[in-house]
Amino acid sequence: MADEVILLDFWPSPFGMRARVALAEKGIEYEYKEENLSDKSPLLLKMNPVKKQIPVLIHNGKPVCESLIIVRYIDEVWKHKSPLLPSDAYQRAHAMFWADYVDKKIYSLARQVWLSSGEEHEAGKNELMGCFKLLEGELGDKTYFGDDTFGIVDVALIPFYSWFYMFEQCGNMSIEAECPKLVAWGKRCMEKESVSKSLPDQHKVYDLLMDLKKKFLAK
Amino acid sequence: MSDEVVLLSIWPSMFGMRVQIALEEKGIEYEYKEEDLANKSTLLLKMNPIHKKVPVLIHNGKPVCESSIAVQYIDEAWKDKFPLLPSDPYHRAQARFWADYIDKKMYNASRKIWETKGEDQEVGKKEFIECLKVLEKALGDNPYFGGEEFGFVDIELVPFFSWFYAYETCGNFSIEAECPKLIAWAKRCMERKSVSKSLPAAQKVYDFVLQLKKTMGLE
Repeated sequence: MADEVILLDFWPSPFGMRARVALAEKGIEYEYKEENLSDKSPLLLKMNPVKKQIPVLIHNGKPVCESLIIVRYIDEVWKHKSPLLPSDAYQRAHAMFWADYVDKKIYSLARQVWLSSGEEHEAGKNELMGCFKLLEGELGDKTYFGDDTFGIVDVALIPFYSWFYMFEQCGNMSIEAECPKLVAWGKRCMEKESVSKSLPDQHKVYDLLMDLKKKFLAK
Repeated sequence: MSDEVVLLSIWPSMFGMRVQIALEEKGIEYEYKEEDLANKSTLLLKMNPIHKKVPVLIHNGKPVCESSIAVQYIDEAWKDKFPLLPSDPYHRAQARFWADYIDKKMYNASRKIWETKGEDQEVGKKEFIECLKVLEKALGDNPYFGGEEFGFVDIELVPFFSWFYAYETCGNFSIEAECPKLIAWAKRCMERKSVSKSLPAAQKVYDFVLQLKKTMGLE
């Protein structure tokens, strides 16, 4: 029986992008369904009744929610191709630590840089750059965070690369000037088809985020 | 070479309790080191330089941080004993989903109960009970979240049971009245030696919370 794989998603979502990258890495055919987050589909509400959020992976009718949990699930089910986690238990824990770090820190700071102003904005911007520098330190001279192989930390972080133009515009800063190694890593990842096919254009993201910002501030 | 296992924690930490339960379930000998968070040890700062938090599991000198990651690591490193996570990838994803829900939604709501007063506290109480009801529904008629067997989600959630008395007293409400099935589940877990050994007495936790409130100027 062929697998039926559906991804409920929203194109600028970094969390959705993680699922897209993982599916592409594994060469899995799937149906992409764009959600309108101000008018969520009955399918989304049925498949993720607890959080009502995207992304949701639906595999043969069964939902998997939360982006990093989706990535791990994909890695475990389609385990014969492009492993996204190391095989050693300690290295796996190390990878999950950094994926968790990205999860805990980056999005909330990204939101601050995107939506806030004044002191809160400055603080968010500085903390975000601090996080990027820390991640750069963890990357070191490796090709990817997973050492020579593209792995879960790369998958967790690379979607935010599509938000870099917004960070730079809103934050009035150059990420490349502060974190050249991280930007080089981003470009390296973008050379992979699984990534370039899954990430939207940075300017397109910026335009949408500015639209959403206007609506957000109008409330 | 025999394993050297050290756990850095503080006795009231539900996150530390998770790791203790996992170690006890696997029958692993370990050294417990109580930290003073107002005066963090050099070892803690060296082993968790990023977050500087407990718990930290140190296995043969190598640190594993973040309780959920540590519990999964313990399950994988000592995989020949009592499995904590299901073997099926879909059930593993479900287990991880609930662990994430407990960490993100339930924990944040629980903090409002003892850290705030008035309307904020009422909001916290309401959110917390809602979370418990969602979890109660997920439990269904099973003896444990893992089904017939005690497992990962049970380990992630049961430490909070030691804080229930503190929440109830601070918030002036009864958890048993709202979620009797969950209380029955918790008492069932407490019959396990790994759990009863790892959870402190409810009164002791309450005294600790009162002291903490004083220190934080939250009276």
